[in-house]
This record gives sequence, structure tokens and C-alpha cells, in this order.
Amino acid sequence: MTTKENNWRANRQFWTQKALNLVFANPKVTIGLAIIAPTIVLSIIGSEFTSHGPLETNPADRLQGPSGQYLLGTDHLGRDILSRIFLGARTTLLIGFGSTALAVLLGVPIGLIAGYFKGTTDEILMRIMDIVMSIPTLLLGLLILVALSSSTTNLIMAIGIVFTPRLARVTRSVTLSESKQSYVLAAKARGESHLYIMFREILPNVTSPIVIESSTRVGYAIMVGASLSFLGLGSGPPYPDWGYMVSVAREHMYSSPWILLWPCLALLLVIMATNILGDGLKDALDEKNFQ
Amino acid sequence: MNRTNQIYLLKRIVTATVSLFIVSTAVFAITQILPGNAATVILGNEATEEAVKEIEAQLGLNRPLWQQYIDYMIGLLTLNFGISLTSQQPVMSMVWPRFIRTLQLAMVTMGMTVITAIPLGVIAAKERDSKIDYLITTSTYLGMSVPSFVTATLLLLVFTTGPFGFLPSGGYTPISQNVIEWLQRIFLPALSLTVIVMAYVLRQTRSSMIETLESKYIRTARLKGVGESKVLFNHALRNGLLPTVTVLAINFGWLMGAVVIVEEIFRYPGIGELIVIAIRNRDLPVIQAGVLIPSAAFIFANLTADIVYTWLDPRITMGDQ
Repeated sequence: MTTKENNWRANRQFWTQKALNLVFANPKVTIGLAIIAPTIVLSIIGSEFTSHGPLETNPADRLQGPSGQYLLGTDHLGRDILSRIFLGARTTLLIGFGSTALAVLLGVPIGLIAGYFKGTTDEILMRIMDIVMSIPTLLLGLLILVALSSSTTNLIMAIGIVFTPRLARVTRSVTLSESKQSYVLAAKARGESHLYIMFREILPNVTSPIVIESSTRVGYAIMVGASLSFLGLGSGPPYPDWGYMVSVAREHMYSSPWILLWPCLALLLVIMATNILGDGLKDALDEKNFQ
Repeated sequence: MNRTNQIYLLKRIVTATVSLFIVSTAVFAITQILPGNAATVILGNEATEEAVKEIEAQLGLNRPLWQQYIDYMIGLLTLNFGISLTSQQPVMSMVWPRFIRTLQLAMVTMGMTVITAIPLGVIAAKERDSKIDYLITTSTYLGMSVPSFVTATLLLLVFTTGPFGFLPSGGYTPISQNVIEWLQRIFLPALSLTVIVMAYVLRQTRSSMIETLESKYIRTARLKGVGESKVLFNHALRNGLLPTVTVLAINFGWLMGAVVIVEEIFRYPGIGELIVIAIRNRDLPVIQAGVLIPSAAFIFANLTADIVYTWLDPRITMGDQ
């Protein structure tokens, strides 16, 4: 066995151990993952196991309550709500994780550049971020979506842009302190390029705060995404998310409240799980257990 | 107020003005890429080319973009947002009364938040790690995880029909006309928002109170034999509640967005409901005003929070953080 292979193995063991420690050391992380992981699985394959498909309409069975045949009842077109909840989970989670990923992709480089170069660059970038943040979240999302026209992709873009400043700020503040460290000075003295120093030297050392910030953003992103879909500015059929499902259910809420209740409960559960997970990661990573 | 603070506040006011200017520019830019132009909004899709051209000339949309931008900015300085494309009324006369109603909703929400969240946060901090604290902190997770359209729809469902249906399902009565009815109509929308804002304010209050109660000067006060309630009310509260001011301002910004949802659900005729209508009609000037005015209010709220902060705590010298 070569040294390289050995290294890789040791590395993998090391990281697996770290990941396992993180999952089980903190009860909040365990609870959060215990809800989110099954939701992700069910969003992908859940509809396969329900008695009726999410798009299958049975006009004779419309607006029924929960029963053995339809575990959560049926909607106004006689479709099985349970399998529609699974279908909705797909878009809902995609919006939450997708827009957070986009915010990381945009915000982290901005923060790194601002914190590393300091001075005028920093001033200009951060003022721009401040301005983006001075428009209320939902209004900015609304404005971007109106300009881009409504679709799931555009919804992800809009929320990603709205959340970029928050990630940029966090990354900047840790980069500022990190760039004073001797290892950065050493890299500069070696004549490494700015790009190398920012992404290969500083970035690996500032991942914890970025992970914490983005994990607390996911729940909020799901919430904003669902709110915009609720207003009819996001995903609609054929891939509705839970926010859109609530807005449709409102028309029938007085005669059959459960169609309204299920997507609401689903949203609440998943957002709560991501918030608890985020909080747990914050505790775990802040304690430096994970360094 | 010392000189450093004066300079700091002056700087903050300048920054706020610059932000306002750039936000206006951004809103102008974003609304320029809106699909579907204003003339087709007015005339419908089957309009003849000549009719479209005529309307465009009337609205000044055939002029170069920079000229439109300068006109727009001059209009803003005189609080003139142009004419609505759908109702042909001046935008300001449509938006302003609605904005006042939205502010009422926001103020009632803030009031309800302050009188519930701050005492609960202080109790949780004082009884730290007790069952009460545990119950309060756990319930904040619920408040932080529930979208405003969920609280609003559920409250609407529970309190306007069925056995608990003793409240009107929406609308608005001017406070000058009938105070009781005003309160009845504003209560549910405000409650839907309070449930959420409360969670954030409560958490902040709890954590900053815990920090304050553990600080040295509080220990000194206790060692001097000051009574526990006096320690809390005379010594700890003033400092412990400082960060809460900032959180309230941040949440005011959130409220300015969330009203869109809640007003739509309760048919509350505020600025949020107007934005939804304007978006449906692609009514550009109304959308611009509907986004700009709440954003300006948010910038102003942040500025106010900073001023209140320096005023509440004379020890703080701002600007060197």
C-alpha cells in the first residue's frame, strides 16, 4: 500500500469519526437529522409507497377526511394528500437547500475578498451588502421574482441573492481576523497568489462559522420560499411546494380544514428540524469539539 | 452626548441617506427589466401599435432611460411616485393612507411583542435552566419555525368560524370611527405576526439578560446587599434590554415584508395588500412605491434604534466597533 493511499484511508477514518461525533454528541443535531434525513428520502421515493399517485385524480373521492384508503384525506380534485405532501417536500427542500447553497456560493467569495483585501474593496463590497439588507427580505424576493417571472429556479435565485449579504458578512468578519495569522503572512512571504491564499489557506480555516450561518439559513430559506410560493410567485403545478399547497387549500379550508392542516404541519416540522439542527451545529462547532 | 457620538450619529445619518438613494436606484433598475411594458398593461394585449406608441409618449416611456431615471429621482424628492397605470390616480394618494394603516398594524404588533416577550425573556433568564425556562425556550423554536401565512391562516380558521368564531375575518375600521371595531379587526393580523416576532425578541432578551445578570457589577450589587428585585429592576434591566432595541428594529424590517402575506390573508387594506394587487396588474409605479416606502421605513427604524441605543447607554461610544 502506498503512503498516499494510507493517508487517504487515515483521512477518511478521521473525518468519519468527526462526522459521527458531531451527529451523536449533540442531541439537537441528532433530533434535527432524525427528522430531515427521512424527509429527504420520502421526498424522493415516498410517492411510490402510497396507495394513489400524487397526480392521480379521483373526482368521486374529493375532499375526504383521513381514512384507510387515503391516510391524510384527499384534496379538491380527489388526489391523495399524503403522496402530494411527499411530492411537495421535493420542491420545498430543493428551494431551502438550493437557495442556501447559492447564497454560500455568492456570499463566501465576496466575504473572503472583502476581509482579505480590506480597505476600499472591503468598504465598497460591504456597503453594497448593507444596501441589499436594507430592503425587507420578502419585498426584495418579491421584486426580484416579479422581474424574473415566477418559477422554482427563479425562486431559488431570488432567495439566494437575498441571503448572500448575511453569508458575506460572516465570512468577512472571520477572514479579517484570520488574515492576521502567521500562516497567512507566511504564505504571502512565500509569494503565493491572492487566490491561493484566500481559497486554499484561509477558507479551510473559516468553514465552521460558514457552516453555522448557512445551517441556520436553510429553515429561513424554506420559510421565505414557501411564503413567496404562497403568494403565487414560486413553484406551481406540476411541482407544487407546500406553500403553494396551502394557498390552494385556503379556498376549501372552511369545508375541509385538514387539506390546509397537513402542508402547514409539514412546513412547521421541517423548518423546526432545520432550526434545531442549526442550533445544535452552532453549539457543537462553537465548543471547538470539531476542530 | 460626547463629540465622538455626535460624529458617529452624523455618519449614520449620511449612510442612511446614501442607502436610501441607492435602494431607490436599485428598485428603478429592477423594475426596468420587468416583463411586459406599461403600455400593454393599460391597453391589453390586443392593442394596435399606434395606440401603444401614443400611450408610451403620454407616459414618457419613449424617452432615453437616463432621462426617465432623473425624472423618477426628482419625483422621489418631492414624494411624487407618478400615476398608477391601472387606476390612473397619483400613486402617493393610493399608497400613503395604506402605509399609515400598515404602520398601525406594525405598531400594534410591536406593542404586543414588547409587553409579552420582554417579561417572559426576563423570567426565563432569572429562572435559568428551570422548567419554566425550558418551556419558554422550547416554545420559541415553534415561533421561529412557523411561516406567517401559516399562523395567519390558522388563526383565521379558528377565530372567525366555528365555536371560537367571535372575531371579524378581516377588513379595517378607522380608529377615529370606532375604536373597539378597529381593535377587533387589527387583532388577528397583529397576533399572527406577534407569535413570530415574539420568539426572536424573547430569545434575545433572555440571552442578554443572562449575560447581564452574570456580570461583575450585578454581583457587586448583590454583595452590597441590594434586594433581588431591586437588582433586577434598577440595575440589570436597563443594560440587559439594550440589545433588544436592535432586535426590535431588525424585526420591524421583517414586519414590513411579512405584512404582504398577512394583509393579503385578512384583507387588511394596507400597503402589503396593495403590492400583491399591483404585482398582479404589473402596475410599475405602485410596485416601486410599495417597495420603497417600507424599505425607507426600515432604514429609518435602524437609524432610530442606533440613536436610542446611544441615548440609553451613555457609556457606549459608538463608531469604534
